[in-house]
Amino acid sequence: MPDDLINSFMNGPDEKGRFGIFGGRFVSETLMPLILELEAEYERAKTDDSFWAQMDDLWTHYVGRPSPLYFAERLTEDLGGAKIYMKRDELNHTGAHKINNVLGQILLAMRMGKTRIIAETGAGQHGVATATVCARFGLKCIVYMGAHDVERQKPNVFRMKLLGAEVVPVTSGRGTLKDAMNDALRDWVTNVRDTFYCIGTVAGPHPYPAMVRDFQSIIGKEVRTQMMEREGRLPDSLVAAIGGGSNAMGLFHPFLDDPSVRIIGVEAGGKGVDDRMEHCASLTGGRPGVLHGNRTYLLQDADGQILEGHSISAGLDYPGIGPEHSWLHETGRAEYVSITDDEALAAFQRCCALEGIIPALEPSHALAHVIKIAPTLPADHLLVMNMCGRGDKDIFTVARHLGFDMEG
Amino acid sequence: MTRIDDTFTRLRADGRKAFVSYIMGGDPDHATALELMKGLPGAGVDIIELGVPFTDPMADGPTIQAAGQRALAAGQTLEKTLDMVRAFREGDTTTPIVLMGYYNPIYNRGVEQFLKDAVSAGVDGLIVVDLPPEEDDELCIPAQAAGLNFIRLATPTTDDRRLPAVLKNTSGFVYYVSITGITGAAAAQAGDVGPEVARIKSATDLPVIVGFGINTPDSAAAIAAVADGAVVGSAIVKMVGEGRPVPEVLAFVAGLAEGAHRA
Repeated sequence: MPDDLINSFMNGPDEKGRFGIFGGRFVSETLMPLILELEAEYERAKTDDSFWAQMDDLWTHYVGRPSPLYFAERLTEDLGGAKIYMKRDELNHTGAHKINNVLGQILLAMRMGKTRIIAETGAGQHGVATATVCARFGLKCIVYMGAHDVERQKPNVFRMKLLGAEVVPVTSGRGTLKDAMNDALRDWVTNVRDTFYCIGTVAGPHPYPAMVRDFQSIIGKEVRTQMMEREGRLPDSLVAAIGGGSNAMGLFHPFLDDPSVRIIGVEAGGKGVDDRMEHCASLTGGRPGVLHGNRTYLLQDADGQILEGHSISAGLDYPGIGPEHSWLHETGRAEYVSITDDEALAAFQRCCALEGIIPALEPSHALAHVIKIAPTLPADHLLVMNMCGRGDKDIFTVARHLGFDMEG
Repeated sequence: MTRIDDTFTRLRADGRKAFVSYIMGGDPDHATALELMKGLPGAGVDIIELGVPFTDPMADGPTIQAAGQRALAAGQTLEKTLDMVRAFREGDTTTPIVLMGYYNPIYNRGVEQFLKDAVSAGVDGLIVVDLPPEEDDELCIPAQAAGLNFIRLATPTTDDRRLPAVLKNTSGFVYYVSITGITGAAAAQAGDVGPEVARIKSATDLPVIVGFGINTPDSAAAIAAVADGAVVGSAIVKMVGEGRPVPEVLAFVAGLAEGAHRA
């Protein structure tokens, strides 16, 4: 653990957009000038008080920040160990953490004079957040969504349409988040002059991983303040679910240089992390490669072809992970574990029954890991899990798995 | 001097433009693709671009995406694509071969090992779409040290400020992408392309070859007339995708080559 700022975990990325060997700018030449322009504009915005004043105003009055840090009393009693807090980002406008980042990117897009916004979406939360903010500012919005995800997330598809977005079902590949990202990149290459690509997670070419992290870091900054107010000290552990890893990066980043804080990322273990590869645990079951503009851990075969993962949660169904997570994994600053579909489903139900909160399937993975470790920890151990999304969008999927007939 | 440099020297001496054709390695299967590849020089192809299939070809349109999927489904790998080059070289030691694809299969094999294998197989150059000059340390510089040409794409968004960086470590030729878009998309207009080629040529002595959106002998002729040559990919790959027999595909290629050489 570093004790001086030179060796801080919070200084990345370097000028090439790298976190150690991870990250970078692996994009075609057509996009490169725009990526450099975006980087320059973001650097200007970062030190522009008026930009952050506008963000703060929207976060407060449009999103409803700060989100509460809630003491989960009954879950804590039930598990009989660590004191469990939930960061309630599911209470944000649009029901997830995604809007924290979308607001920042859309304000940047407008500074750059872009009038057409494209986005990729898996579960639909990032697509809904992008469609929402585009409606708020009167911008044209096109959302790429895997055809398979369009089927399993119908309520969010309808929400996006109500908000005025065009939803394009992607049939290339296997029709999931990875393929949606490919088609969004193809759109961007074609319409690069007037189009801004609003990426939903801490992945993609530099500066996206750092920029999205910075916008999501509002989560961790609030937790820091709120925990000091509640308990007079920092938390002992942080737990968050990871697909691309934006809610986790937002929670973790403000604590990276606090050695007493244990940091745990939870990947989607699907049907189990083994050689059948029916999971999305890039760090646990993958190895470094290059995809979608960055070097990071990927699920791939012996020839370097990208594999399709599996998760019950459409939002975690991605064969890669943000490059900063790959770096935190290799440096050992953060630990990464995996949770299966079945464990996540059990945690989902326990949270509904004990806390009166219907969580999304994504944070249900984080909660399942909390359920595993909390009983082994002392009563004065302060544990924060990121409740990054609400479960309304998932009730159809859960009903199907539990054998409940929603039609009848 | 690579086979690519030799080819351009010869074409220049003959006062002819280059015709470059792209096919996907292993599409629709290894044997058919190899038969097609072996027939290309006879159909008038000066330089062969051999596609290395990848699951996530982010700069390619539906035609080449489908070709990659067919090849992968038929069991094509980077190793088998190098096998095609080895087999081709048994009967042809002069036609340049450029491997074209994405970085991950190469990175996955290990850059050093890949370069060793590519050189010994008889590869002359590389086009790796997702490696801009900002990532030159990854493959571009090691590839040139190993004696391969590293051919860079220049695009309509590559402005004068950026052009020197794009040309700096480019060798063999410059591939000008005539549109902002993916392969197989809208047709390029010679009137728009000519000034762009002139702009690039004022900054480099390398030949400038134009691709994207060329699909007929006439468009090959029109584009080649304002550049040092033309590349056709999707239009050929589309015929392979339709299951046309190799002689029919080669006849189509011969027509395109004739168009480019007419210029």
